[in-house]
Amino acid sequence: MTDSQWEVLSNQGVTIAGVVYFLALLSHLIEWAGLRKVPHTEEVHTGKVALFGRLGLLLTMIAALAHFVALVGRGMAADPNRVPWGNMYEFVISSTFFVTLIYLVVYKKFKLSWMAPLVVGFVLSVLMVAVVWLHSPVAPLTEALLSPWLVIHVVSAVIATAAFSLGGILVILHLVKDRREKKGGPAPLYGYLARVPSTAVLDRLAYRMHAFAFPVWTFAVLITGPIWAHEAWSRYWNWDPKEVWAFITWVVYAAYLHARSTAGMRGRTASILAIIGLLTLWFNFIGINFFSTTSQHSYAEGAAVVEVIPVEQTVDPTA
Amino acid sequence: MNELNLREFARWTWRQLTSMRTALLLLLLLALAAVPGSVVPQADVDALKASQWQEAHPKLTPIYERLGLFDVYASPWFAAIYLLLTISLVGCIIPRTKVYFKAMRARPPKAPRNLTRLPDHHTYTTSESPEEVLAQARKALGKRRFRLDLHDEEAGSGSVAAERGYLREAGNLVFHLSILVVMAGMAMGSLFGYQGGVIVTVGNGFSNNLTQYDDFVPGSLYRSEWMEPFAFDVDDFDIEWLYTGRGAGQARNFTSELTYTEEPGGAEKTYDLRVNHPLSIGKTDIFLIGHGYAPVITIKDGNGEVAYSGPTTFLPMDMNFTSFGVVKAPDAQPKSLALEGELYPTYEFNDGPYSSFGEAIDPLISMLVYAGDLGLDDGGSTSVYVLDKSELEPVMKEGSDHAPLRLDMRPGDEVELPDGLGTVSFDGIERWNKIQISQTPGKLVALGGVSLALLGLIGSLYIRPRRIWVRARRVDGATLVEIAGLDRSSGGDIADELASLTATLNPVDPAHPADSATATPKEQS
Ligand code: HEM
Repeated sequence: MTDSQWEVLSNQGVTIAGVVYFLALLSHLIEWAGLRKVPHTEEVHTGKVALFGRLGLLLTMIAALAHFVALVGRGMAADPNRVPWGNMYEFVISSTFFVTLIYLVVYKKFKLSWMAPLVVGFVLSVLMVAVVWLHSPVAPLTEALLSPWLVIHVVSAVIATAAFSLGGILVILHLVKDRREKKGGPAPLYGYLARVPSTAVLDRLAYRMHAFAFPVWTFAVLITGPIWAHEAWSRYWNWDPKEVWAFITWVVYAAYLHARSTAGMRGRTASILAIIGLLTLWFNFIGINFFSTTSQHSYAEGAAVVEVIPVEQTVDPTA
Repeated sequence: MNELNLREFARWTWRQLTSMRTALLLLLLLALAAVPGSVVPQADVDALKASQWQEAHPKLTPIYERLGLFDVYASPWFAAIYLLLTISLVGCIIPRTKVYFKAMRARPPKAPRNLTRLPDHHTYTTSESPEEVLAQARKALGKRRFRLDLHDEEAGSGSVAAERGYLREAGNLVFHLSILVVMAGMAMGSLFGYQGGVIVTVGNGFSNNLTQYDDFVPGSLYRSEWMEPFAFDVDDFDIEWLYTGRGAGQARNFTSELTYTEEPGGAEKTYDLRVNHPLSIGKTDIFLIGHGYAPVITIKDGNGEVAYSGPTTFLPMDMNFTSFGVVKAPDAQPKSLALEGELYPTYEFNDGPYSSFGEAIDPLISMLVYAGDLGLDDGGSTSVYVLDKSELEPVMKEGSDHAPLRLDMRPGDEVELPDGLGTVSFDGIERWNKIQISQTPGKLVALGGVSLALLGLIGSLYIRPRRIWVRARRVDGATLVEIAGLDRSSGGDIADELASLTATLNPVDPAHPADSATATPKEQS
């Protein structure tokens, strides 16, 4: 296959993934519409409602497969072939793929069926944003990006971003459910929220997701990032805006972990900190590329030449 | 305040400072304090951007300067936050390390009196004697790598206390300690290291001493004796332009072919310096970080003397290497001369001149000519890339007094300036490399520190400290066994492990199922 055929395949993969995610979302919505009439104490394993639930899961798997093909196509379309994360579009389609993948991998273990509409809805919307606003044709990487560290650095950043995003969905649910529980009165028997596990379970799941993401993020931004920066730009830490925001994200999530193990802050405070962490993460990823002009991590501009830093001639170099 | 109060006050302050809440607050403060440095251009990161910003905001600049906003990460208030955090950290680590060492040697705590009060528990009765049950429990828990302790209680009754996951706290301590190691590594770099840059024209060389650098930023305790006496020549520079395909116009495989000696008179070695492939000589690292064109321009003055000749570094301004440069000939007679303008490596004209490709396929320089005083005699530092035009007059076209003379020249061209000012010739084009040279002591300390931190973190997040107790006693001629457990980690849940332990001890007998309680998640938290 030629490079442009691979690229066409990749674009078709994204389109198919999008359509199938949409169908999966539809199935889950039908499932949940049916579940509304059943009290949450009753589990539904047979009948139309359960069928739509299983169909939704199956469709999500198919969509994930198409999504994966799209990623592979992206990498194969580049010359030389490479990992599919050289610009923002590729970063977004990669991280949404990992959102689905992580969700599917832990689906059974954590009994996540109630999370289905949220995860599929999230992946679908972000994917649409990527296709509409961020799409850019395949281009070779700039010289500075051609490094094995890129592979390791970005794949870990992508995986951490995906896990933090799932963690974010969980803490938001936690906050919503917490408000409902605080209202007091008898717990409602019907409705979506009634089927969402208790705040304690949500809190534990959210913690586990973050406890997975945090070390991966540490590895991405505080170990492989600096190693790569040292090789490419001679400084392992330069307080470049992208680095600054990666650091901010790290510190905020460290605060989340602290809050979670401090009596009285577990729950609401911790959840809010995790949401702030997620906002800084996505701001760094999309916002900085648009707002900052000094970042050397110029994914947004496509291919920049090797940066040239104009030098000043000074009379005394030590002055 | 009398002495006692003072001591109490000091103790109170210390307790506040080392509390978890303060640590949390300081962490958030640190995150917040890092923000302005990503908004205001930092002098240290991009000096040019910073000075442009300062020129554009004359009113704000002095205020920002006061606040250290052009150098946030070296500012006193940023330092204050992380120093407080460090103190808090140390104040947190020391007592916890003491507690940890005690706990490590301690025996697992004795079973609480009433095990069925714990949220997770199982009970069953069996015909085995308590001794047999406890022996089995010890074996089963030992297999699960629990630390064990056996307690005889009243006659015919006993309990096993088991605990595991001690390394979690160790991981946590290692993590927090490693942060100090990373800070030490970074401090070493900024105190004892340096960053320097030099532009070398291909064919020329560099020997490592202060005077040869274009820019040099030493750490506050750096001593120039520490410079290593190496030297190198840039023999050639290879670059591969992409003419077709998606990356057309881009270049890759920049390679600077170096010949170097580690010390004067040392053996000559060669190295292909490429992006992402620095050369290390001793403690110094050498990086290729940029490249560009240096047109060779000669200015002869009105007397026919050569007033300037040589390759002149032009700075690339776009992807196709449209480059900007200044040529100064202060000694030209009768008047000092200067040129300012652009180089177009592949010249095209379409609503204006531009370069359509980065390679020098059809290069053209387009320069304006100035005559007068270059302002170089005042001392002080002036940039080679900036022309101070305050005392200069643009040279006009022959016979015109308002159309400035623009020299559009291709290699080999020579142009005579009006009024007997002299001639300018464009002799050819050379390339330059921007080479970054730095010493970063402590980088391995920092790397070791973060790696250790990551290991500690993994231990701290994934090791689940938990306790299990099994009590067996005779009740009404049978043995009543109670099993209970407690997960002391923040993400865990011990129900499964207890169930599996119960199943081992009491293989399921449908006639006598274990009576169990697994906490509703609400109670567990
Ligand atoms: C330099 C800044 C700090 C950072 C980046 C940091 C980061 C972290 C992280 C990521 C954790 C999570 C590990 C876990 O949940 O087990 C943690 C736990 C912890 N930190 Fe820090 N920390 C810092 C400073 C401090 C300070 C100053 C204190 C003292 C008050 C402290 C006390 C603790 C404690 C007690 C835990 C264990 C919580 C638990 O058992 O779950 N930390 N820290």
